[in-house]
Amino acid sequence: MDSVAEVEAAAEKLTQSAGMDEDESFRVVMAVREAAVNAVLHGNGYDPNKQISASFENTGKSLVITIADEGEGLDPAKLPDPLAPENLLRGTGRGIFLIRSFLDEVHFRQLHPGTELTLVKHLTPAEGKDTNQNLDTK
Amino acid sequence: MALSISTRQLDGVTILDLSGRITLGEGSVQLRDAIRDLIGKGEKNILLSLGDVNYIDSSGLGELVSAFTTAKNQNADVKLLNLTKKVKDVLQVTKLYTVFDIYDDEAHAIGSFK
Repeated sequence: MDSVAEVEAAAEKLTQSAGMDEDESFRVVMAVREAAVNAVLHGNGYDPNKQISASFENTGKSLVITIADEGEGLDPAKLPDPLAPENLLRGTGRGIFLIRSFLDEVHFRQLHPGTELTLVKHLTPAEGKDTNQNLDTK
Repeated sequence: MALSISTRQLDGVTILDLSGRITLGEGSVQLRDAIRDLIGKGEKNILLSLGDVNYIDSSGLGELVSAFTTAKNQNADVKLLNLTKKVKDVLQVTKLYTVFDIYDDEAHAIGSFK
């Protein structure tokens, strides 16, 4: 889980450097953390020989974060709706939902092997100056 | 910061004062163990005080839900007290705000178990 903490810290740095307020920063950092946890646990199946990679970019208009794993792939269309009455009391299955709820755009790309998530949060005019960062981590 | 849990009793209610993060690998397991321990001892009235919980993730939400359902299955109640803005935000987005009994006042929360 060290890589998740590393990705989370980088996301926090990105939102802070963009001047995002605490509430918005929390939402973005949480979404990024959920994506990293998914990549390590569900994507890579906690296999220490597989890596996740992450990149962080402030385009001036948006924060763009990509998280990729080396797993078997994910079909987002097959994920159950955690708000459905029959799923509301399930102990799992809220990660992707939270990511989608807290960000403006979420894109999935199959890598063969692996899945890449691109997470986009649009900035308000008061926020943002260009900062880029890349992480490759297990 | 990991999760710390302290337990106290008041008017037949067991209050768990939680502080820190309820996340995968940091607080979820501690919370699960604490709830299972209380239910195993036959405690029926459990109040989770979350005023010092500054972060929760989907795993932590799952633990809250599991605590709620485990308690219900044993004819016990798990209720929530003093949500921080961040935790409230996450509970509202996931509609779990409608599942739990949630209070801002400890005396009121304790009274609700009677």
